[in-house]
Amino acid sequence: MNIKINNNEFWANPGDTILQVAKREGIKIPTLCYLSDLSPTGACRICVVEIENGQLVPACAYPVYDGMVVQTNSKKVRRSRKSIIELLIANHPQDCLVCVRNGCCDLQDLAAEYGVRSYRYVGEKRSGKLDLASPAVERDPEKCILCGRCVRMCHEVQNVGAIDFVDRGFYSQVAPAMNRSLNTTACVYCGQCIVACPVGALREKSYLKQAWEAINDPDIHVIAQVAPAVRVAIGEEFGMAPGSITTGKIPAALRRIGINEVFDTNFAADLTIMEEANELIERIQSGGKLPLFTSCSPGWIKYVEHFYPELLEYISTCKSPQGMQGAVIKSYYAQKTGIDPKKIFVLSIMPCTAKKFEAGRPELSVSHTEPDVDVVLSTREFARMMRIAGIDFTRMPDEGFDDPLGESTGAGVIFGASGGVMEAALRTAHYMITGKDMDRIDFTPVRGLQGVKESSIKIGNATLNVAAVSGLHNIDHFLEDVRNGKSTYHFIEVMACPGGCINGGGQPLPSTPEKIQKRMEAIYEIDRSLPKRCSHYNESIKTLYDEFLGKPGGHKSHEILHTHFTKRESI
Amino acid sequence: MRSEEVYKKYPRNEASNMIAMLQDVQEVHGYLPEDDIIRVAKHLNVPTSRVYGVATFYNQFRLTPLGKHVIRVCRGTACHVKGSLDILNTLEAELGIKAGETTKDLQFTIETVACIGACSIAPVIVIDDKYYGGLTSKSVYKLITEYRKKEDQADKA
Amino acid sequence: MNTFKEILSKKVPADKFVELIRGSYDGTAAGVSPARIAELKSKLTLEKAEKPVVMVGMGTCGLANGAQAVYDTFEAELKKYGVDAELTRVGCVGFCAEEVIVDIKVPGFPRISYKRVTPENVDTIIERTLLHKEPVIQKALGKYPYSDDSLWPEIPFIQDIPFFKIQKKVVLENCGVIDPENIDQYLARGGYHALSDVLINKSPLDVIKETKLAGLRGRGGGGFPTGKKWEFAYQAKNDQKYLICNADEGDPGAFMDRAVLEGDPHRVVEGMIIAAYAIGASVGYVYCRAEYPLAISRLEKTIADATAYGLLGDNILNSGFSFHLKIKKGAGAFVCGEETALIHSIEGRRGMPRPRPPFPAVSGLFGKPTIINNVETFANVPLIFRNGADWYAAIGTAKSKGTKIFALSGKVVNTGLVEVPMGTTIRDIIFTVGGGIPDGKAFKAVQIGAPSGGALPEKFLDTEIDYENLKAVGAMMGSGGLVVMDETTCMVDLAKFFMQFITSESCGKCIPCREGTKRLLEILERITKSYREEETEVDSLMRFQGMLYLERLADVIKDTSLCGLGQTAANPVISTLKNFRDEYEAHLYDRKCPAKACRQMLTYTIIEDKCIGCTLCATRCPVNAISGNRKEPHFINQDICTHCGQCELNCRFDAIIAE
Repeated sequence: MNIKINNNEFWANPGDTILQVAKREGIKIPTLCYLSDLSPTGACRICVVEIENGQLVPACAYPVYDGMVVQTNSKKVRRSRKSIIELLIANHPQDCLVCVRNGCCDLQDLAAEYGVRSYRYVGEKRSGKLDLASPAVERDPEKCILCGRCVRMCHEVQNVGAIDFVDRGFYSQVAPAMNRSLNTTACVYCGQCIVACPVGALREKSYLKQAWEAINDPDIHVIAQVAPAVRVAIGEEFGMAPGSITTGKIPAALRRIGINEVFDTNFAADLTIMEEANELIERIQSGGKLPLFTSCSPGWIKYVEHFYPELLEYISTCKSPQGMQGAVIKSYYAQKTGIDPKKIFVLSIMPCTAKKFEAGRPELSVSHTEPDVDVVLSTREFARMMRIAGIDFTRMPDEGFDDPLGESTGAGVIFGASGGVMEAALRTAHYMITGKDMDRIDFTPVRGLQGVKESSIKIGNATLNVAAVSGLHNIDHFLEDVRNGKSTYHFIEVMACPGGCINGGGQPLPSTPEKIQKRMEAIYEIDRSLPKRCSHYNESIKTLYDEFLGKPGGHKSHEILHTHFTKRESI
Repeated sequence: MRSEEVYKKYPRNEASNMIAMLQDVQEVHGYLPEDDIIRVAKHLNVPTSRVYGVATFYNQFRLTPLGKHVIRVCRGTACHVKGSLDILNTLEAELGIKAGETTKDLQFTIETVACIGACSIAPVIVIDDKYYGGLTSKSVYKLITEYRKKEDQADKA
Repeated sequence: MNTFKEILSKKVPADKFVELIRGSYDGTAAGVSPARIAELKSKLTLEKAEKPVVMVGMGTCGLANGAQAVYDTFEAELKKYGVDAELTRVGCVGFCAEEVIVDIKVPGFPRISYKRVTPENVDTIIERTLLHKEPVIQKALGKYPYSDDSLWPEIPFIQDIPFFKIQKKVVLENCGVIDPENIDQYLARGGYHALSDVLINKSPLDVIKETKLAGLRGRGGGGFPTGKKWEFAYQAKNDQKYLICNADEGDPGAFMDRAVLEGDPHRVVEGMIIAAYAIGASVGYVYCRAEYPLAISRLEKTIADATAYGLLGDNILNSGFSFHLKIKKGAGAFVCGEETALIHSIEGRRGMPRPRPPFPAVSGLFGKPTIINNVETFANVPLIFRNGADWYAAIGTAKSKGTKIFALSGKVVNTGLVEVPMGTTIRDIIFTVGGGIPDGKAFKAVQIGAPSGGALPEKFLDTEIDYENLKAVGAMMGSGGLVVMDETTCMVDLAKFFMQFITSESCGKCIPCREGTKRLLEILERITKSYREEETEVDSLMRFQGMLYLERLADVIKDTSLCGLGQTAANPVISTLKNFRDEYEAHLYDRKCPAKACRQMLTYTIIEDKCIGCTLCATRCPVNAISGNRKEPHFINQDICTHCGQCELNCRFDAIIAE
């Protein structure tokens, strides 16, 4: 069918919305409440366009029909959009200069685009109390514009439902049940609500201050570790193209900030694979609980603890790579170098907000008193840190990570994308079972941004049914099957965030599907470019086992690298 | 109805019964206690935030206990043009509370309603389930005095 | 009085039941003699009562005026006098201003209506009418037609008194006349005949065709052609379809649906079954306001009785068609009158609308094709199929057919429920039916379709009411509330009142409605403020600035809001600005409220000569702004006074003036 937009004729599919056609044809229509992949709610009205009968309709929700005539910038449209922006601003704290989203805010951009030059409407403003109680995610209800993106993300994509609309009309808010703080809810701290938020109403809890204090303290030995997904995203914060690979620039920048040593979380990812592959094989051989679920994603772990506590035994007991790296630093590394673990400060740079919560879990700590990871910064906070330090990231030279915990293989880096842990584990499991590597190292059925990827693989005599799942709403039927004893899977990788860590709650904003795609491509590009692509070839890991841990799944490994999870009650 | 019966009456996991369930819970307690909001959520297998969202959306639901007598002042158009705001002011002044509040002795709660559909006898208030129409400030004052007297007598008896 | 049921169980096999109902009019029911049918009918319609019947009007307005006490007194007194009479409750006849209305039917005499009955009148009525068969003339409203109209010549026919004279009661024919909880009485008056005819003789497409032919349009507000709407759902292919009756009558100033549900609930149910048959729905819901407890309890009985008679449930009247009806109680949200919000509410969610398309007829309740009509629309349906589409289409105007029920209230002598043919002028309704403005005051405006409609001044009074005409003069049919206002009503205050209503009822989903109506309200609040409450010059400036933005903002809200509530939210402002701009200007420039309704602008003072020092005002003042010694004139401290007007309202000596 044909429709006319701004006097130009375009071809459209039946079922397309006006917005879809306009996007395809490069005609910009502003949106606020729209979230691609989710059904439109038509709430914000900023995307209104005028159709042939003079009516204004929301482009995001209105289906096209043959012969439709659309004006996206008529006088009525312009005036309406500007008024809507003015109405939002009238009920918004005027504190852009000190807002975490200054310079990266949809409302700010819209006000600039539509030439809003005064506060036309003045009156009462919605009040709400700051919710700073959780270790990972903070809420500022006064900044909320009630677009509902976080609510839909939390309910529809993550299936958690920690927040919802509360009250009515002008006094509506987005809040947890009973207006409690997030830390008393089943919030899994995935941070997807932050990614969805167009303004500064949701943000990560910042630990920049603690990080700087440690760096500035001469008595403290500060060690950074950097997660795989950070290196393919941080460039966006400095104007680099999405998907730019900046592996070498990161340690360079960190050293210039004043970090004493820079280790790679990819090393710990390789270590995780050694343990997890071993655990998988043991469970298969000894008739243990199957399927085995991965444990790297702290949002996913918290989800199970809240909603499926009876299935906790199915989760791998391996700590996440961040947890393993912290544990190894505070035990092996401290021993080896003779530095008092109490004087070591481990700073993680993660694409994740849930890692901030994970770092504080007492059961993850080797000493059971002090945390192994002292502070977790998101990719965004890391960028802020560099700006404060006056570092031009784009001009950093390529430098390497420090030994002994800096070496990594391609298996480590692919942890950053959904399916990566699965693929990395299969590479090593194959080797552990058959004594040789897979014919083709690339195991593509579990790659890609789809929420559920399933496959079967023959290793030796056994056929393993595997799945890689991301976005928590996708996992429920797998868990139901396990609960009902109907699951036929052996190994399931779960990442809380859709697409995995590349789309984590701590990654640069704004996030779009196109950017996630680029980040994923970069991850596999790094894997392809590395000489070693299987964890079992990591020489530093071999040394670690030889010098300290013994063997995968051994006694010492269990003490340092494994943990347990607990049922959590909350609303 | 007792609290347990409400949970027996409705099948589990059928979220479309949420409003009816909350209405029944409120019938039992006079308001929606937090524990019941959580329990209804578990019963229907939906997030607690959703139940709370529903409970705070509709006028009917209350999250705090009510006074012994609930005075509902109709603020419909017909009542408005016939002086319902004055009636409300009189009640507020007389009871020393604002609409939506309960007196300290837990005797009276004042609420406003959009329209109770008795426009022809405006202005109207409903005390508990009894309708009073064609009111003036003076007659409202009398009415409250009567209710108070009845309570005093009941106390003495 | 389960007479039909008795016949059914004893003499007529179940599959003949259809014929029985049909036959109760023409006397051809199998197994029942025509004479028996006729006798039953005349008994049930009270044409030939065996013993005296006392009918107390016990709709909500009757009850509010003390109908329960009247009923209780009759019960006691009848016993005391030893009169063998039947005492029943009926719905509302619509003349609310004259409640409590009690009808008496004495065998051999016409049915007579008494108005404003109090418990004190009961003795007289029993003695004079029941015992001596004489009317109590001072209390009589009118008598109903009877086989011998020469009886009681001094009493006018009820249809001849001005309130009823130009009304055309077809939808309301049974309201206040029959016992709404008695299915037999409804059957005897032709109830469910339309249904049985439809199920036996017509296909769903016939039903849709005839509904279109009759020209029935939705009575809920927009006036969308009902038959066309049904056709959409009929065409939607699905294994499950739903039918919903919107009884969430939330318009302040409207109570038509309540009266119909309380007075003739079977009519609504019959209409729903016919509609369900037309679209192929097997499950239906009545979504009724929780504020209407009486309507809900009557509906429950209605559904139970109809089910027991085989008129609801599986295989209705052996036609093979099944329809199950459930009640869903609303929980208080005006926005749930909007179709998609109502659907969300039935699904157990917050009642927030969603964009359309897709329309509910295609994807509605639980994602299935769903038709929603309001109470009055369904109540019209049996008429079309009992009397024919031509008969129906002959009533009303070219584009708006049938009658319309209005809830007449506000500053008008005869408040109540009015049913007139489409095309009746507004003037006729207010001045002929309504009896004009009380207390010799002057008419100022009438709010039609509140709050989404508009306030019409004198010059529009001769508008002939139909959907298009009302729209043309800046109002809308809405659900049919007519609130009359006199010179003491301030139109700026009225606009402010509606904006308060809208802001508290806005669901908060879309920005223009949530944020815009709040700003509109704030602008109106500033306009109606006095100097006293302004602290800085900026405040004064904002009053004028607000006035400049008022129309622009109102237009944006209208153009961009998500649902009907939002799109019409600014109408009270737009229509009062258009018709009563001078009042806005008086407030803005002169700081005066011409109607003296905006209390904030008034100054209260005590006239020393009139004040006797009773101290009542001082005790009633909520802020202790009044002082003075007992038996000496009091005075008001203007710095403390909040202009609530309580002193003036309570003074017994007219010693307080407000200017």
